[in-house]
Amino acid sequence: MNFDLTEEQKIIRNTVRDFAEKEIRPIAADLDQKEEFSYEIVGKMADLGIMGMPVPEKYGGGGTDYLSYIIAVEELARVDASSAITMCAHISLGTMPIYYYGTEEQKRKWLPKLTSGQMLASFGLTEPDAGSDAGATKTKAILKNDMWVINGSKCFITNAGTKISGLITITAITGKRKDNRNEIGCILLPNETEGYNIGSSYNKMGWHWSDTRGLSFVDCCVPKENLLGEKGHGFRQMLEILDGGRLSVGAMGLGGAQGAYEMALKYAKERFQFGKPLISFQINAFKLSDMLTEIEMARLLLYKAAWLKDNNRPFIREAAMAKLVCSETMGRVVNQALQLHGGYGFMKEYPVERFYRDQKVLDIAEGTSEIQRIVISRTIGC
Amino acid sequence: MNSVVCVKQVPDTESVIKIKPDGSGIITDDLKFVMNPYDEYGVEEALKLKEKFGGSATILCMGPSRVVETIRTGLAMGVDKAVQLDDPAFEGGDAFATAKALAEALKGLEYDVIFCGKQAVDDDLSQVGQILAELLGLPHVSLIQKLQVADDKKSAVVDRQVEGGIEVLKVLLPAVLTTQKGLNEPRYASLPGIMKAKKKPLDVKDLAALGLNADSVGCNGSKTMITKYTAPPERAAGKIIEGEGPQETAPKLVQLLREEAKVI
Ligand SMILES: Cc1cc2nc3c(=O)[nH]c(=O)nc-3n(C[C@H](O)[C@H](O)[C@H](O)COP(=O)(O)OP(=O)(O)OC[C@H]3O[C@@H](n4cnc5c(N)ncnc54)[C@H](O)[C@@H]3O)c2cc1C
Repeated sequence: MNFDLTEEQKIIRNTVRDFAEKEIRPIAADLDQKEEFSYEIVGKMADLGIMGMPVPEKYGGGGTDYLSYIIAVEELARVDASSAITMCAHISLGTMPIYYYGTEEQKRKWLPKLTSGQMLASFGLTEPDAGSDAGATKTKAILKNDMWVINGSKCFITNAGTKISGLITITAITGKRKDNRNEIGCILLPNETEGYNIGSSYNKMGWHWSDTRGLSFVDCCVPKENLLGEKGHGFRQMLEILDGGRLSVGAMGLGGAQGAYEMALKYAKERFQFGKPLISFQINAFKLSDMLTEIEMARLLLYKAAWLKDNNRPFIREAAMAKLVCSETMGRVVNQALQLHGGYGFMKEYPVERFYRDQKVLDIAEGTSEIQRIVISRTIGC
Repeated sequence: MNSVVCVKQVPDTESVIKIKPDGSGIITDDLKFVMNPYDEYGVEEALKLKEKFGGSATILCMGPSRVVETIRTGLAMGVDKAVQLDDPAFEGGDAFATAKALAEALKGLEYDVIFCGKQAVDDDLSQVGQILAELLGLPHVSLIQKLQVADDKKSAVVDRQVEGGIEVLKVLLPAVLTTQKGLNEPRYASLPGIMKAKKKPLDVKDLAALGLNADSVGCNGSKTMITKYTAPPERAAGKIIEGEGPQETAPKLVQLLREEAKVI
């Protein structure tokens, strides 16, 4: 067994950490307050070359393994969740479907723009009445004269409505299966498609500068070839995309927990009460020890899951476990981290307040914690 | 235009330094190591020269296998190739012994400019660049904040920081220049750069390859010897002056500053 990261992975971690500290940390609180999408940060992440990390170089990507990408997300989330989700929704959800299932032509057409970060992509699965039950999608695509005509709506879609959002992959009903259930397809929809309406941004509890939209499709027409992969494979594709995406959301929990822990440790060393620093009270020292221990457990599980993926082993169960553990670890860690800050933690001057708000959605997006437990339980015959 | 940047790997400035129980050195096991921040300016400047004039940028770095990560970071920033000096005999050298080994390695390299950081943030000696220039018989300018190489590449105009102002000097090339904050903004290694770094040439040289004997480098070749490390004394607790308002406390403070601290 070898726990050493490769030289590249180490340099990627240091570089992204350095970048996040210098370019993102100084403006993160301000962006959170303004709740406006940051083209500046996306532009800088694009310059760094990280917007297409796990995609091969021939499509303009970074050509890294998945673990390197996970480490980069972790380092961004250690400083700012909105930066991390913007990058990882773009890659895992927006870009990977085209890389995995697109034709060579589709890959050549879209991937260079996406991997360079000039254009953002998103993945539209969730609908007002189809959340955890993603297969219950009502959006319909009907084939007429070799064109898919799409009608329906989506909600809570990350990266869909920025000025540089260029396309979305949506799930839609494309017909009936033999067992009379709905057949689902993943269809590429360029932003300029007529009848594609992008709603205004939601007011969210966290992830303030990340772009999240409700969408509607009124007689949107796209060519037949925009159905990714083979007809009838959409549901399986969707599950596979989510498996990879879970690792990146896990990385957000891990990085966020690490960031919150570091803030708590620093604060607890500097803050004096009863004539002593907070860390000298054993209950606080033990809290910090527990945080670090839990973070280490979460990291081992997440890296193992990424390693399985990189080595083409089955990783569905471990991806669900890692997503579950990392998000919930951050929940516990950030709760105690804020507690250690006392009243100051409740104030926006201290970034732990932002981390606290940014955590909650990790228990929800890309499959709720309950859904992760369902995924895990299915692998043990429950 | 060819540049060589002498790079040292140092503990991250954020690390907590612990001294070995016997005082012979610091405990390096848990330390995170990075490129000496002043050397990053040298790397950036070498890359700028390469972009402007063509030619190459080379990193020269002395140290054990752990320094490879630092070297690769420089290669990932865009440096073309690197030479690592790795031999147990190099260990424990002072500024002179270090410069001696670097000078020997430089004899086999092509350069118009040699960059060194103005100092390494670990031992803060600020000597290697100057000694290196002396050993190679080259001019040197320390603490540079601006560099303009002449079109014929035979000389350069440099700004250096002096007390209360800027000194502008013309220097003939090749020369050794030591770099100071303000010279430039070092770039980040880009992801494509990181992926390419592994394929760039890294030439590892030991004592024999430099043709030096063990007495002239490392501990044995040093002119100074570190006899002991000690931690700075714990700061004594502050004193709180009690009293009702500044009328009462200020005179007490003045009295203490005069009589106890003896600073006024
Ligand atoms: C900020 C943000 C960004 C998002 N980005 C995207 C995106 O880019 N693309 C996208 O497609 N979606 C996105 N989502 C949607 C997200 O994936 C869904 O919100 C999530 O899957 C849950 O669906 P729901 O909100 O409809 O909740 P519901 O499914 O209604 O769940 C409500 C509660 O019931 C529980 N529950 C549901 N079913 C079961 C069950 N069978 N057993 C036990 N408990 C159950 C859930 O765990 C949850 O606690 C985003 C959401 C947010 C908040």
